[in-house]
Amino acid sequence: MIKLKLLPIVGSFAENKDFARDIRLKKIIPALENNQEVTLDFEGIDSATQSFIHALISDLIRKYGMEVLDEIYFKNCNETIKKIINIVADYMQD
Amino acid sequence: MKIYLPNSAFLGNIDPFLRSFESSNSKKLEITANKKWISIHPVVLSMVAALGLTVSPSNIYCEKLEAVSRHYLKRMGLFNLLNIKSEIEIKEHESTGRFIPLTKITNSEELTRFITDMIPLLHLEPKQAEPIKYIVSELVRNVLEHAQSENGAIVSAQYYEKSNSIRIGIVDTGVGIKETITMSHKVPSHLEALRLALTPGITGMTRREGGTDYNAGAGLFFIKSIAKVNRDFFMIYSGDAMYKLLKSKHESKHIRLCGNPFEDRHSKGDDFSFWKGTVVGIDLSLDATREFSILLDLIRDTYVKTVKERRKERFRRPRFI
Repeated sequence: MIKLKLLPIVGSFAENKDFARDIRLKKIIPALENNQEVTLDFEGIDSATQSFIHALISDLIRKYGMEVLDEIYFKNCNETIKKIINIVADYMQD
Repeated sequence: MKIYLPNSAFLGNIDPFLRSFESSNSKKLEITANKKWISIHPVVLSMVAALGLTVSPSNIYCEKLEAVSRHYLKRMGLFNLLNIKSEIEIKEHESTGRFIPLTKITNSEELTRFITDMIPLLHLEPKQAEPIKYIVSELVRNVLEHAQSENGAIVSAQYYEKSNSIRIGIVDTGVGIKETITMSHKVPSHLEALRLALTPGITGMTRREGGTDYNAGAGLFFIKSIAKVNRDFFMIYSGDAMYKLLKSKHESKHIRLCGNPFEDRHSKGDDFSFWKGTVVGIDLSLDATREFSILLDLIRDTYVKTVKERRKERFRRPRFI
């Protein structure tokens, strides 16, 4: 299991898609390829854009299938962030 | 190019302004204004600034402004941004109000800094700040990623005490929406390009549902939805076409979001002066700001429903003969 604290990388408003893509490509995918589970820790993050969450997780669902959501834990998400993650997960799985 | 700043141009009455400016002779810009009073939405100011940045400062002619409210243009930084002289002076002790002067954003780092600095300038509470940060981030990122605009995005905003609202203008002089959407979709007109750009799940980057790893085609739909839920104006203008979400009536308790923007209460047209690039204006009433998380529930339902319907439309069975 790897644990990623997002706040130091993305700040309290997670909107920079370049950071999201880097986290996915450089941290999440290598961990998944090594059969490790991933915890994304949103502690201290007040809000996120749909574009940010899309850049963070949509391609994982496309590449690995919806089962990838069994390998990823979203920790310390507030209501807004939970809902945005759910929206992205919904439209990627349909 | 010629642009005339009228007595009044806000999103509700902006149509004559959008029809009035002349886009011929792109090497020169002439700015004239109403002699008595100039009262304009930040989006109008952002348009003037964006046009001015496409020509050399020596080719900008700005007539001597006489309107009593001319200081507004100076305070919003129009002349500084365009690097032209103005005789308008502002007394230092005058109240600065709550506004974001014209700002040019050309990269991701500038955007992040702008969003951080913006909220204290507008004196917003966290609940009010959330949708505004969201809107600015998504719209400016659209410009940075798709517009190919030499001058990036030109942003300005103003708080209006009387209506307790924030009005924002985000403008670019890039390739425009039609050219971006055409990369993946057949688009016969600028107006149809606007319709597609506002439809959830459609992006110029791919025809595939769900978008690419980097673009979902949801940003403008989210922003139109924020405006609709708060019963505010939202206007997008590119090429010769303009779409405006009109304020919905307060009597109706239940708000229904629409995947197809033409099903919302709106006005539109494709007979406006040609704008090379994209213009977005939005009003956000602070009285009506709904909890952002409630808005997200509505968006989720509409988004998923719209994408499902489109998939169903595209579904084909093999034909056995």
